[in-house]
Amino acid sequence: MEAVREVNGIVAALDRADVDTDQIIPKQFLKRIERTGYGRFLFHDWRTRGDGTPDPDFVLNRPPWNEARILVAGRNFGCGSSREHAAWALRDFGIGAVVAPSLADIFRSNCVQTGIVPVVLPEAAVVGLLERAGRAEAGAPLRARVDLETMQVTLEGGEHHPFDLDPHARRRLMEGLDDIALTLEREAEIAAYEALTPRGAPAAPG
Amino acid sequence: MSARPRTLFDKLWDAHVVGEGEPPLLYIDLHLVHEVTSPQAFEGLRVAGRRVRRPERTVATIDHNVPTTDRSLPIVDDTARIQIEALRSNAREFGVTLHDVGTLEQGIVHVMGPEMGYTQPGMTVVCGDSHTSTHGAFGALAFGIGTSQVEHVLATQCLPMARPRTLEVRVDGALSPGVTAKDLILAIIAEIGVDGGRGHVIEYTGEAVRRLSMEERMTVCNMSIEAGARAGMIAPDDTTFAWLEGRPMAPAGEAWTAAVERWRGLATDEGARYDRTVRVDASRVAPMVTWGTTPATAVPVMGRVPAVPEGGPEREAALRALEYMGLEAGTPVESVEIDRVFIGSCTNGRLDDLRAAAAVIRAAGGRVHPRVGAMVVPGSTRVKAQAEAEGLDRVFTDAGFEWRESGCSMCLGMNPDVLAPGERCASTSNRNFEGRQGRNGRTHLVSPAMAAAAALNGRFVDVRTITGDAGVPAGRA
Repeated sequence: MEAVREVNGIVAALDRADVDTDQIIPKQFLKRIERTGYGRFLFHDWRTRGDGTPDPDFVLNRPPWNEARILVAGRNFGCGSSREHAAWALRDFGIGAVVAPSLADIFRSNCVQTGIVPVVLPEAAVVGLLERAGRAEAGAPLRARVDLETMQVTLEGGEHHPFDLDPHARRRLMEGLDDIALTLEREAEIAAYEALTPRGAPAAPG
Repeated sequence: MSARPRTLFDKLWDAHVVGEGEPPLLYIDLHLVHEVTSPQAFEGLRVAGRRVRRPERTVATIDHNVPTTDRSLPIVDDTARIQIEALRSNAREFGVTLHDVGTLEQGIVHVMGPEMGYTQPGMTVVCGDSHTSTHGAFGALAFGIGTSQVEHVLATQCLPMARPRTLEVRVDGALSPGVTAKDLILAIIAEIGVDGGRGHVIEYTGEAVRRLSMEERMTVCNMSIEAGARAGMIAPDDTTFAWLEGRPMAPAGEAWTAAVERWRGLATDEGARYDRTVRVDASRVAPMVTWGTTPATAVPVMGRVPAVPEGGPEREAALRALEYMGLEAGTPVESVEIDRVFIGSCTNGRLDDLRAAAAVIRAAGGRVHPRVGAMVVPGSTRVKAQAEAEGLDRVFTDAGFEWRESGCSMCLGMNPDVLAPGERCASTSNRNFEGRQGRNGRTHLVSPAMAAAAALNGRFVDVRTITGDAGVPAGRA
């Protein structure tokens, strides 16, 4: 995975709470067997009208937010289905960081796996961000930097907000580590565990 | 001096942490796999030249994509067919057991696992599916994971994971006659909210939970994710052991006796501490219907669509949900007319669920309302066979329901079973999100009994008026 030290760019505001992964990527796009190519289906039912044409009012269809790098949304973003396709679609679209007052557990983990920085800020800070980003004119969209080095979100003009992230998730993002390789380095521990705690093999017949 | 008292979760976590490194590495006893969230994981293994570390702890089935119509016909949807073929070839290549279409074992992964006895108390269970929380009904620590983590578990049989917090949902008293486990979990989610369980593993405790059957416990644990929880669990007891004994993969003979002895020790110790506790009074729960687009919007069937909050983001969300659902605040729930009924899913597609729906049809007589299209999709091929052996299929088909093959079906509409735009559905599934059952489809979550009653009446009715359960006069509907 590519290392991520900072995400720098235009902020798009999605002022809704409880955005579920069915909205982020509807089920009809889960039948592919690849990890890529989901970006054009991101928020499909919100981004397109009934006849399949793009809805010009939806923020991610409107230049310059169609090139947004940071998505700000209401609380409990990414709830519902565990589909990692939601994170793949955001990433494929170009989103490198998601900012919200809270993120659903599985989605947050999927973000880290996909190289998206999950940023949780206090509700008041997010409300302010949503307002500023939502109010911005197309000629002067809000820009921000999410910095994993300093653990700060810095808005254009200098306003900044510190955020927390699990140290392992942070390291994984910053070094672009292969999680599986890290676990395989602990092979001796895993083998010792398996030897000490014999359990019935659940999938063996009988 | 005795050891520090521990919760059910503490005991499972402690028993599965591998070594002492950071982050904690959790050993996974059982990995369930289905066609939608696994192809990229197997591909990742292939690219990296890795194998499945414990194929005997890995079990696959086909559920999300599969049509529920005649299985002898080819699958028309090419992408669905390719995904199903991919799982078949991956299972062969990596030596994983696959319960394929055409076998009695095929079914929704969360129905098949318990029914085969794969799911057992004290286990850690994962699957690339958020409703893996279902398996917690057996006193297992079971949770949904993303595809990268599916690959991780395939390759290492472990997951690096931060320790979640614990939330006790204590349900005192007893459910009233005619009120089901589905109503209970909808009431719990309405109480704690769709993110009330975030970062936590829920343990359901209390008198009302102890009285639930295994099927009912699975319904409750299944929807833990709809409260945002990592997992939901219930301590194993005699109800658990009686249900599990004799299942194909359950221990037998002396091994069974030893296992039960071990499992009895899993219950939360007296004096153990949870990070949070929420109390619910079971006697106050009524048959529930959701009106909005999150599972937390359940109200009693005798009630009304609630008033719109005065201000704030809640107001915006409520107005949006009402518009999407085509409803107005203050509308009596029982006046809401429906077009479709779906009985099935990993929440309510088990034999007892079908029995409960059939019992309502038998009690009410009559047929599906002329405006309504109603379908029953058994949770597994075995459930279908058992239901047919009891004659339940005839009860449904005689009343005008469609009787289908097993799968996830219209719970998420990945296969051809979807709502048309604007159609309103009484559904026994778990999510009423926008578009979940089809773009611009309108989903109301209910119990199987309530779904059957709605099918017959063409609108929501308090099922207790049909079954004549205490306090509600029969014949009112």
